[in-house]
Amino acid sequence: MNTPLRRVGMAMMVMIVLLLGNATWVQVINADEWRKNAYNRRVLLDEYARKRGLIIAADGTTIADVKETTDRLRFLRTYSNGPVYAPVTGYLSVTYGTSGMERAENDLLNGSDDRLFTRRVSALITGRDPVGGNVQLTLNAKVQQTAYDQLTAKGFTGSVVAIKPDTGEILAMVSTPSYNPNLLASHDSNEQVSAWKQLNAEDSGDPLLNRATQALYPAGSTLKVVVAAAALADGKNKETQYTAKGSITLPGSQTPLPNFNGTPCGPGETVSMETALAKSCNTAFGEMAGQLGANKLRRQAEKFGFNDADLQMPLPVETSTLGPIKDDAALYQTGIGQRDVQITPLENAVIAATIANNGKRMQPYLVSKILGPDLKSIDDTDPDEVETAMSTANANALRDMMIQSEINTGGEGRLQNVQVASKTGTAEHGADVTKNNPHAWYIAFAPAQKPEIAIAVIVEDGGDRGLGATGGKVAAPIGRAVMNAYLAGR
Amino acid sequence: MGSPAPTGEGSPGASVATSTSPGLKAPTRRGTELVMLSFAAGLVTLALILVELNQERSLSLRILYLGLAYLALFACAHLAVRRWAPYADPAILPCVALLNGLGLVVIHRIDLAMEGTVFLDGSTWDPVAFKQVIWTAIGLLLFAATLKFLPDHRMLARFGYTFGLVGLVALMLPGVLPGFIAPEINGAKIWLRLGPLSIQPGEFAKILLMVFFAAFLVSKRDLFTVAGRRFLGMDLPRARDLGPLFAAWGVTVAVMVLQKDLGSSLLFFGIVLVLLYIATERAAWVVLGLGLFSGGAIIAWKLFNHVQQRVANWQDPIARYEVIGGGYQISQSLFGLATGGIGGAGLGAGRPEMIPEANTDFITAVIGEELGFVGFAALLLIYMVFALRGLRGAISVRDSFGKLLGGGLAFAVCFQVFIVVGGVTKLIPMTGITAPFLSYGGSSLLANYILVALLLRISAAARAPQRVAKPKPQQPAIADQHTVMVERPK
Repeated sequence: MNTPLRRVGMAMMVMIVLLLGNATWVQVINADEWRKNAYNRRVLLDEYARKRGLIIAADGTTIADVKETTDRLRFLRTYSNGPVYAPVTGYLSVTYGTSGMERAENDLLNGSDDRLFTRRVSALITGRDPVGGNVQLTLNAKVQQTAYDQLTAKGFTGSVVAIKPDTGEILAMVSTPSYNPNLLASHDSNEQVSAWKQLNAEDSGDPLLNRATQALYPAGSTLKVVVAAAALADGKNKETQYTAKGSITLPGSQTPLPNFNGTPCGPGETVSMETALAKSCNTAFGEMAGQLGANKLRRQAEKFGFNDADLQMPLPVETSTLGPIKDDAALYQTGIGQRDVQITPLENAVIAATIANNGKRMQPYLVSKILGPDLKSIDDTDPDEVETAMSTANANALRDMMIQSEINTGGEGRLQNVQVASKTGTAEHGADVTKNNPHAWYIAFAPAQKPEIAIAVIVEDGGDRGLGATGGKVAAPIGRAVMNAYLAGR
Repeated sequence: MGSPAPTGEGSPGASVATSTSPGLKAPTRRGTELVMLSFAAGLVTLALILVELNQERSLSLRILYLGLAYLALFACAHLAVRRWAPYADPAILPCVALLNGLGLVVIHRIDLAMEGTVFLDGSTWDPVAFKQVIWTAIGLLLFAATLKFLPDHRMLARFGYTFGLVGLVALMLPGVLPGFIAPEINGAKIWLRLGPLSIQPGEFAKILLMVFFAAFLVSKRDLFTVAGRRFLGMDLPRARDLGPLFAAWGVTVAVMVLQKDLGSSLLFFGIVLVLLYIATERAAWVVLGLGLFSGGAIIAWKLFNHVQQRVANWQDPIARYEVIGGGYQISQSLFGLATGGIGGAGLGAGRPEMIPEANTDFITAVIGEELGFVGFAALLLIYMVFALRGLRGAISVRDSFGKLLGGGLAFAVCFQVFIVVGGVTKLIPMTGITAPFLSYGGSSLLANYILVALLLRISAAARAPQRVAKPKPQQPAIADQHTVMVERPK
């Protein structure tokens, strides 16, 4: 009987080996698949048990902090001044996951990032609990607050983005309506659920959307600076003459392309590019785009950062595009920033910053420093020049035209003693432009000769002015206040 | 086939080898056993300390006392072995002690995690670790009693048919009794409720039926080796000899249908097959049996909803994560195992309480999560050492009944581990069954301690010194109390 007994012994060993092999598969080789499964809350609970890193503003103000609690999730995420920073910080929620910076820098904040490796090892040896690294943002607390106050004072839906032109540091990024991330970070699941329902309700105005990076708008007349840049690159100058007609007919169709209120751009047959930009004449820019052709226009737009699908700063950014531009009619309309032109407020701020920086486009970024748990810097972000979008001469010419535009623009809050270069936009949208209030745009930089801040402002659906809204009346005062806050606080 | 078992006067283990010549005196190895037991006690105490530390409880001398009490308990078991089975295998009891101790620690650990949990029906979590300590003590008492009152395993063969009948009744009882005395718990109808006690008669039936089959097969062995027709190079048994196999198959199917206990039926059928194979040395039995089993399994899958559910949960637990009775449990087990990874979360530092039935059927998943792949592999190897040492006893024992019973018992433990661990790690569909010595549950523990006592008894018989030289009489003395003719009853 010993032969079969030995064979049974072999069978037993085979069974154990099978189990060991399968355990290797589940626990070692294929472990990540199970570990990262959305249903697996162990990893999340572990993250809560570890002290998460802070998110701090440029001046050291703590935006996102942690508080130790006595409940099952050890640490509670708290956001001071939550709604002001929510589009950037995002939220950290047990039920709803993460968004914004909490998601983009999650590995660093929860301490699993490779840059924290040596600190993890030392924590292991010294027996201290491992803690996350901290993220220092480029956001300027004062500018951010001003931008938020300006937008919310009148209950506007919109966004403000401010960039330091020579580095690409994002000084402010605001989106309204905003939300209080503390409610989603709550350890009380009822509070979380009801807050989530409220934020996603039909009439909530979509507060979880970061309009600065995730919303695409028609660019309206602000795109005229891109068209002008393309024309300058094409050998034109600010004295080049274009039609001054109050209305022209789109090529190959009966559709008219009128100026604002149909008024002619000047007394003569033609006007200079400078005047056309200052008065934001649609007919002149339609013609200008028509002369340039779709390719040149598109190439210039791409130099300013259009069609860049990979932009992360480190928040993901929607891709701005000019649209397909199928025929000349579309080309004319694209020339005034309508038709299929789609742009994020961030991209519009990048355009302003690029012109301000003598035509050199800097990569926009939000994280200035990665700090270890001991607040010592372990990684600094260096400014990164992406490409030269315009020659210095052309950039200066465009700047001069934008100074004229600012002079021509109405609205309140003009800056004293500081020269501003700007362009407004009043972007029509929706099926019936006579019923949908236009979006009000304003892009600018200041001081014009030595720019320190570039901004883009959008106020959706005309703000408080309804159909009569213009970029100058609604968006420009906000932009001026934001620039003033930065320049006054230098 | 083994040589005919010597039926001489060698009184295995009953009396210390007084009659051996001094030169041939074999070492009892009891000292080795004691050292290994102390090692196991140390490991278990260390495990308990880790749990208490990681659960942030204050350490006190209490733990040391608990460790010492545990050591004392197994020291008593050791003394019982020393007294009544001095030549028993020295590795088996330490393996059991380690498994049992680890089981106690994990059960205690789940108690700590579940402390104060209120269930949907309003009941609160009832700590069970202390109950399991009591069961362990009773189990060891039963263990010692078995060794004392069963000086020779061959005595069992005499009661083969009685055991068979009792075993069959015990196995089927919960399936046929009405619900108030045999309630359906977690979908399986395998319990008998006797006042405050719930017992699982199937656990004991397993051993009783093994004794019966071993005795039956030894007495009727010749019949089964009579060749029938040759088919595909195999000698098929004669049709009339297939009775026992079909009977076992019928019982298996009945258990599966009436009690919805897939694990037990699989285990039971596997044991019968292996016993048949060891007795006849013919692979044809195994092939036939596997064919029968496959057929039965397919029919069961087609007919029964609970079988289909188990298979579906096995195929894709995540897809059925939110289905009631779906993949939640197995998913949690896999999440735990994968999150534990190679090194494990640390005893008391994981979240195994998220797995339903963490202290019974899924207790091995807890060990995999908290001790990692390393600890999990160690656990499987302890089981393997245990089973192989048991099998070694069966190989070296001289009587056929002992060989069959020992081989069957060793295989039963290993196969049970394969079924439960395979289910927990998604190697095979999950079939509710306990992990020997680890899982919480009195019946399983008591039955398994009887199983260990039998294995030790057989190994003691194998290792005890034989009386030398004297030529054996062809016929044993009738007066010899310890001898049972089980080989050739005629």
